Amino acid sequence: MLETLLPILIFSALALAALGASRRVRLWRQGRPSSVPILKGLAAMPRRYLVDLHHVVGRDKVMSNTHVATAGGFVAAAVLMILVHGLGLGSSESMGPILGGLLLAASAAMFVGSRFVARRRRNPPARLSRGPWMRLPRSLMAFSGGVFLATLPTLGLLPDDFGSGVLALMLAAVVVWGLGEMVFGMTWGGPMKHAFAGALHLAFHRRPERFSSKQGGRRSTGLKALDLDDETAPLGVGTPSDFTWNQLLGFDACVQCGRCEAVCPAFAAGQPLNPKKLIQDMVVGLSGGSDASYTGSPHPGKPVGEHYGTPYGPIVGLAGQALVDAETLWSCTTCRACVEECPMMIEHVDAIVDMRRHLTLERGQTPNKGAGVLDNLIATDNPGGFDPGSRLHWAADLNLPLMADVKQAEVLLWLGDGAFDMRNQRTLRALVKVLRVAEVEFAVLGTEERDSGDVARRLGDEATFQRLARRNIATLSKYRFQRIVTCDPHSFHVLGNEYGELAEPGIPAQYEVRHHSTFIAELYDAGRLAFAPWKGGRVTYHDPCYLGRYNGEYEAPRRVLKALGIELKEMERSGFRSRCCGGGGGAPITDIPGERRIPDMRMNDVKESGAGLVAVGCPQCTAMLEGVVDASAEVRDIAELVADALVEPPSVNATGSPREPVVKATAEEVL
Amino acid sequence: MQPEQQGLEVAVLVSVGRHPITGRARRAEQDARGVELALTLASELPGTRINVLHAGQQDINSEVALRGYLGMGLNSLTLLEQPEGSDAIAALAAYLTKALPPLVLTGTRAECGEGSGLLPYALAERLGWPLVNGLAAVETIENGVVTLLQALPRGQRRRLKVRLPAIVSVDEAGPVARQSAFGPARRAKFIVTSAIHEPDRELTQWHLAPARKRPKRLKIVKAASARDRFKAAASKAGGKSGQVLSDVTPEQGAVAILKLLEEEDVLR
Repeated sequence: MLETLLPILIFSALALAALGASRRVRLWRQGRPSSVPILKGLAAMPRRYLVDLHHVVGRDKVMSNTHVATAGGFVAAAVLMILVHGLGLGSSESMGPILGGLLLAASAAMFVGSRFVARRRRNPPARLSRGPWMRLPRSLMAFSGGVFLATLPTLGLLPDDFGSGVLALMLAAVVVWGLGEMVFGMTWGGPMKHAFAGALHLAFHRRPERFSSKQGGRRSTGLKALDLDDETAPLGVGTPSDFTWNQLLGFDACVQCGRCEAVCPAFAAGQPLNPKKLIQDMVVGLSGGSDASYTGSPHPGKPVGEHYGTPYGPIVGLAGQALVDAETLWSCTTCRACVEECPMMIEHVDAIVDMRRHLTLERGQTPNKGAGVLDNLIATDNPGGFDPGSRLHWAADLNLPLMADVKQAEVLLWLGDGAFDMRNQRTLRALVKVLRVAEVEFAVLGTEERDSGDVARRLGDEATFQRLARRNIATLSKYRFQRIVTCDPHSFHVLGNEYGELAEPGIPAQYEVRHHSTFIAELYDAGRLAFAPWKGGRVTYHDPCYLGRYNGEYEAPRRVLKALGIELKEMERSGFRSRCCGGGGGAPITDIPGERRIPDMRMNDVKESGAGLVAVGCPQCTAMLEGVVDASAEVRDIAELVADALVEPPSVNATGSPREPVVKATAEEVL
Repeated sequence: MQPEQQGLEVAVLVSVGRHPITGRARRAEQDARGVELALTLASELPGTRINVLHAGQQDINSEVALRGYLGMGLNSLTLLEQPEGSDAIAALAAYLTKALPPLVLTGTRAECGEGSGLLPYALAERLGWPLVNGLAAVETIENGVVTLLQALPRGQRRRLKVRLPAIVSVDEAGPVARQSAFGPARRAKFIVTSAIHEPDRELTQWHLAPARKRPKRLKIVKAASARDRFKAAASKAGGKSGQVLSDVTPEQGAVAILKLLEEEDVLR
């Protein structure tokens, strides 16, 4: 009986799955067009899965092995099951035993894997969703166990008459359960949807450049520009269907593992943002309905079940509630911790900025000080509304060479808007001192410099960003320099990663940009700087998001600190897992209230590391961390520490050769 | 607020503003507050039509500034096109006499040009309409009578009933203008009509020079404690020598003002 029943079950499950898949594809295609190479993407998919995805999943070894056994076992078992039971190859003389044996092995591996899935579900951490996800381990065991048992008679390991009677009926019921979850549920919105949507999402990812190739890993963190010349193109995302189809596909790939939730600084601070819930809100939006069936942690302070949406309805309600509240979108600090942790490679920050663009450009609803800051950027080219002519007042006594006078220099020192901030002016003065001691030939743009556009862009005002960027590009094109050095990672990121897209024909906008810590490390390696030994206390280092996660520079600041003779006390969350200071993405401007403040939590991390001084490399981080009341640690920029430790450099001519580079000390990952 | 039976038309006069630090063209602060008042009125009184008027020439600078108003959520702006150096008052008066909007809102003083703050008065004189300055809020509009809150110094408010049509000017007491959004600003249309060209004769006789910083009278506070300093900062300034004149003839009032100006060395 099983022999006749199994092929029917398998093929009807497959047919229903195909129907569900076409329905799901239609849902994704409600999004706007986006051109991705379809065949090339599909061809690259296995590598993206096996290398890039597993690089992220592999940070949790137990879960990684569990997934390899379960998913690998399932894929193999499903293919073999179709061959053995579906096409009846199991009864063939030559192939039967081999295929059947392999099927037994695959389903056994999957069964073992699903035992580990079940173990994790016994006391699931808060970040995991419950609901249908709680039944998944049982479904996995039903599928693998059912297939295993049903294969035994085929191989003659059980008597043939096992295939009839009550036992066989029960076995068939178990197989139906397994097939229902694993095959039917995959395309009809069950937990296994992540496998179907996830595989296609990897193939058609909107940032194909972020995946590693055989030449090595790459990084793609710059926001994509809006086409402002096309007056019919929507300005940002107002309804779920305004996302591109592959963004919608990406949301659908979410496996609700909650790793994003666990690292999100806004969520930890009790601000109304949970990245996992936000992605699930988008899934609700693309299929239409209410979020009542969501079973994970909500956006803090926002009960589940009150929000609803449709593919063509507004995401943020014009009056009252819709899919998402505006505060949720404005809570994000764009620190990219969620993107870094997401095993499905979902781009949360892109989606949030897309929705912010709609709020700012179409509705004029940038909250709190946002509108004022944008007005200032438009009128004075800096967010504080200061006289642009006073940009160099802090350096009145430093006699800085101006690009307008010298026309060319080895290094263009980009000051950033910290030039108007008295705290950051100390950092800048320290950096100038270091550059002078190392005899670097540098110049500044002075009053020709404008805000890089970082804040405007992250507040959603793409128009102001592009205006500022184009003017900066035009200014930079007038002068010749080898590289730009800046102590502001936000300017660093925007100049290095986001201006390139705005280049006009004949005016390239590709710059070699260095963070000051990288540049100081290079100067030290070249023997142009020498430091007195460190006499202070214990020091820790806070990785700025826009330097670390956005640009992958974890090492140079640590090399500089080591060169200073400092032995770092790393915080629990450092390196690529560094926790945001709360200063990015315009979050201090939009200032969405929470239960705690993000910089307070970060300063607490510093305290737990036992350090009395925290070294930083970003004006935003300095401002946020120094704003902590009753802080246990002092906040100093790397440039200040270096400037304080400077001693006469050893004569380069006397020693003859530059010093050997310091042994590379990468940040240790603490899992 | 009681809804008016038929839709009310509100005309808002807007000018090209100028940023105080960089001098870049922008929506003028006070005029934008006027537009904000009109938009609030429109959301409270369904059927209200807002007609935003600007008299002047059309160039890149004025377009940037005028689109700043449109980005607040307007569909169009009526531009009474005039060559440079024309008198805006004549064009506006001619247009308003024909269109007869019951309520005209305007900023108190332009941010560039003469900036004398006389336009609302000159316009009211020419049209023969009542004028109210320092508008804080529009309360009700019933049977052709509008109830307004007028802002007085030190946060005081005065309720006024004014028969329409009327001109009402807005200053810093008006509600803060909402954010101007790029999308609506880009989509909105200019309705350009050519206006009568009457050269501004007075302007040609003026001598224009960059403004000097005017000396400010220092308020010297001798305070020993923070509490004293706070009290000094919060107290009324120079309340000792003030004088309230009531029930006096205009001549008596004028004499008193003249006397004060001479005392303060404003007139010599």
